[in-house]
Amino acid sequence: MASEEMEQLVRKEYKQGFVTDIESDTLPPGLDEDVIRHISQRKKEPEWLLEWRLEAYRHWLTMKDPQGWAHLSYPKIDYQAVSYYSAPGAKNKDAPKSLDEVDPKLLETFDKLGIPLHERAALAGVAVDAVFDSVSVGTTFKAKLAEAGVIFCSISEAVQEHPELVRQYLGTVVPHTDNYYAALNSAVFTDGSFVFVPKGVTCPMELSTYFRINAANTGQFERTLIVCEEQAQVSYLEGCTAPMRDENQLHAAVVELVALDDAYIKYSTVQNWYPGDEEGKGGIYNFVTKRGDCRGDRAKISWTQVETGSAITWKYPSCILRGKDSVGEFYSVAVTNNYQQADTGTKMIHIGEGSRSTIISKGISAGRSNQSYRGLVKILPTAKNARNFTQCDSLLIGDQCGAHTFPYQEIGTASAQVEHEATTSKIGEDQLFYCMQRGISEEDSVNMIVNGFCKDVFKELPMEFAVEAEALLNVSLEGAVG
Amino acid sequence: MNQYAEAFAAFNQDAESGWLKSQRIAAFARFEHLGFPINGVENWKYTNTKALAKRDFLLPKTVDLDAAREVLKARDVALDDHRLVFVNGVYAPELSNLSGLPAALVVEPLSEALDKELELTCGMMGRLAGIDCDVFTALNFAFAGEGAMIRIGNHQVIEKPISLIHLSVAGDQASMSHPRILVAAGANSQVRLVEHFLGSEEAVHFTNRVAEVVLERNAQLTHYLLQEPGDQSWLVNRTHVEQKRDSRYYCHHINLGGKLVRDDLVCDLNGTGAESEFSGLLFGRNKQHLDIHSLVNHNEPRTYSRETYKAILNDKARGVFNGKVIVKKDSQQIDAQQSNANLLLSDQAEIDTKPELEIYADDVKCSHGATTGQLDETALFYLKSRGLSDELARGLLTLAFANEVVDKIDIEPIYQLVETTVAGHLPHQVNLDDL
Repeated sequence: MASEEMEQLVRKEYKQGFVTDIESDTLPPGLDEDVIRHISQRKKEPEWLLEWRLEAYRHWLTMKDPQGWAHLSYPKIDYQAVSYYSAPGAKNKDAPKSLDEVDPKLLETFDKLGIPLHERAALAGVAVDAVFDSVSVGTTFKAKLAEAGVIFCSISEAVQEHPELVRQYLGTVVPHTDNYYAALNSAVFTDGSFVFVPKGVTCPMELSTYFRINAANTGQFERTLIVCEEQAQVSYLEGCTAPMRDENQLHAAVVELVALDDAYIKYSTVQNWYPGDEEGKGGIYNFVTKRGDCRGDRAKISWTQVETGSAITWKYPSCILRGKDSVGEFYSVAVTNNYQQADTGTKMIHIGEGSRSTIISKGISAGRSNQSYRGLVKILPTAKNARNFTQCDSLLIGDQCGAHTFPYQEIGTASAQVEHEATTSKIGEDQLFYCMQRGISEEDSVNMIVNGFCKDVFKELPMEFAVEAEALLNVSLEGAVG
Repeated sequence: MNQYAEAFAAFNQDAESGWLKSQRIAAFARFEHLGFPINGVENWKYTNTKALAKRDFLLPKTVDLDAAREVLKARDVALDDHRLVFVNGVYAPELSNLSGLPAALVVEPLSEALDKELELTCGMMGRLAGIDCDVFTALNFAFAGEGAMIRIGNHQVIEKPISLIHLSVAGDQASMSHPRILVAAGANSQVRLVEHFLGSEEAVHFTNRVAEVVLERNAQLTHYLLQEPGDQSWLVNRTHVEQKRDSRYYCHHINLGGKLVRDDLVCDLNGTGAESEFSGLLFGRNKQHLDIHSLVNHNEPRTYSRETYKAILNDKARGVFNGKVIVKKDSQQIDAQQSNANLLLSDQAEIDTKPELEIYADDVKCSHGATTGQLDETALFYLKSRGLSDELARGLLTLAFANEVVDKIDIEPIYQLVETTVAGHLPHQVNLDDL
């Protein structure tokens, strides 16, 4: 009896009047089923998606906050104090009105990164409409992509226009039961990207959220789904090197990649969200679940990431190597300074025969930051002749920071070959001396050495990204030396 | 868990009241509170102790000395040593040899030490591995009463090795023992300590040993841990070492498998210049489960640690290696290296390895490496081209793989015992005498 009542309560239609106050277009803080219904309704989602969200939400309620699980420390998050929906384009009253109101330090950073003037306002969150004319650029891209048969749009658009594709793949790589934040994201995700590359097509250009129209406010619960059919190829860039101004402290994104036979997905990320000030106040909490599924034989998924931002990073881009001879790669540079904390790494699950994976992780900690590499290489008995190579190096700058490695290896077949190597050291005195006696300043010398340390990863980035990443690294480490 | 409560009540009721009795009660309460580790406990992620919770293990009342002699005859390394022999955890003076102890050396069973120097002994107990340490240490403390007390005076170099033989034989029922080993090595002293865990194939025994070792200034201890408790026996082993300035701890750790063998090795480098070195071999076969957790705490600047562990696993054996190095803040100029190499001989064998580093200082040289793979095809080809059969070539290369750690054992009889045991249990037995 009681459970029936409960059921009714749970299934109760969302009350009218709840949204009549459209003025602000932002939901008040708090999370319950009505909020989810509201999000779904606002986005005009089909019934199945609402059910899917609700199921995730109900599961989330049964889960425990994984605080204290990773090598991170932060105050308990009050999930009821977060606002879960803000309509795209909604203007924040507190947003700066012009560049003059923006923190001069931020502008200085733009300068150092060489961000074009007209882009700065947008990045700083200045409340003006269409700061630069990306629409025309975007339209040209769209035409070219459509010609090739590639679908590239926001996930909300995809839900409307390609529901069958979304339904087929959404949540199949990262089910809502996967972890706490994945469940939360599944319940409340607001937007993200959708990419579909049909059989045999090589995407004619590198795709980037940066160029996507309407990408200005993707929200804090981003959901990205990329599917490559047989022999298809795509390279996807996420984020940008410029520091983003963002109102939301909690971010929990989910990224799912699906690669069928002979497909190749390259996913590059540069993350430079607000890391908090020098005393460690504020800053973004970034709890991300990223996973690629090599479903087909000889499929390949490659993750490249440069992480310099966020107060807390909790992120493990992973590959499930299901297909025979499938390949997984993970290249990462993570930089933490001041009071930043990062717990990041990867998982390589080898299921298919002859699957191979490479992990290169470079961690740089400075200031009072703490950084951990946490990785899992699991070789199932079916993955005969699987191969893994892992290298994770840490560089320490200053005596107040920490660098940690937690690599898990679970090997269940005799024919597998697995190697793991890790080192931790500081910048060599002799290297520094060599550079400086050639007349290079201490700061430049350190930058040079650090960039050299990260070379293995930077060379995996798309060209223009790599150049920006180097500049970004220098900016991130500013003040760490001397 | 009930059987432990019954055994504990019977064990502790006759004890004289005092510090030890109350500590035992506290320890047992702690044990009951924690319970055996179940899934989800990070330190026991790969090791299942359900069987220990379910089975009835009793403290042995009588022990079969003849059976013990049989086991010794077959497996003892027979050194010229000072030795204490424990059969199913019970001290066996008939088999021990304490004659000719140098004046500055104390080697005695813990029960005697508790009788003679209660205060001193209690002061050493639980200082490094107390009841808060973990569930098995708490359980050990609850049943504290037997084990060994070893004290080496300052400036003493002890010629003969000290041997502790932990022997298990079959009894009417599954039995358990909770020995506690206390070692205090004085300043500038040098000593070799051999611990041999062995048992008959029929013995069903659960050994839960805890050792607390303190090395004073410039002391040196070489520890030979030789573990082969028998295929039906469990062995849970905790060794906690505290090292003062310039002291050296060398551990030769040979784990030849039992039903379940779990080791927790902890080294606190608490003085500048302290050094610790572990070299270990895990050799598992059948359905054996071998688990090693090591932790080195670099608490002071200019401390040094080396760790080399090798695992060879055959049949359905499972190996676990978890090495952890922690460098404390302000512990500068640390040199820490860790390596773990594994060889799986069968597709059903499994290895789970996790070499960890936690570093809070910047002027350090820390590295770790872990590999799992097969025998080198070119090396195999080379040997075969010289007329060796495939089996023999494989056997030789496997032995060579083990030898990197086994070779370091500088007590010849132990070295030989290990080598012949490994050779004799390879998939294609290698008869070393034929070569």
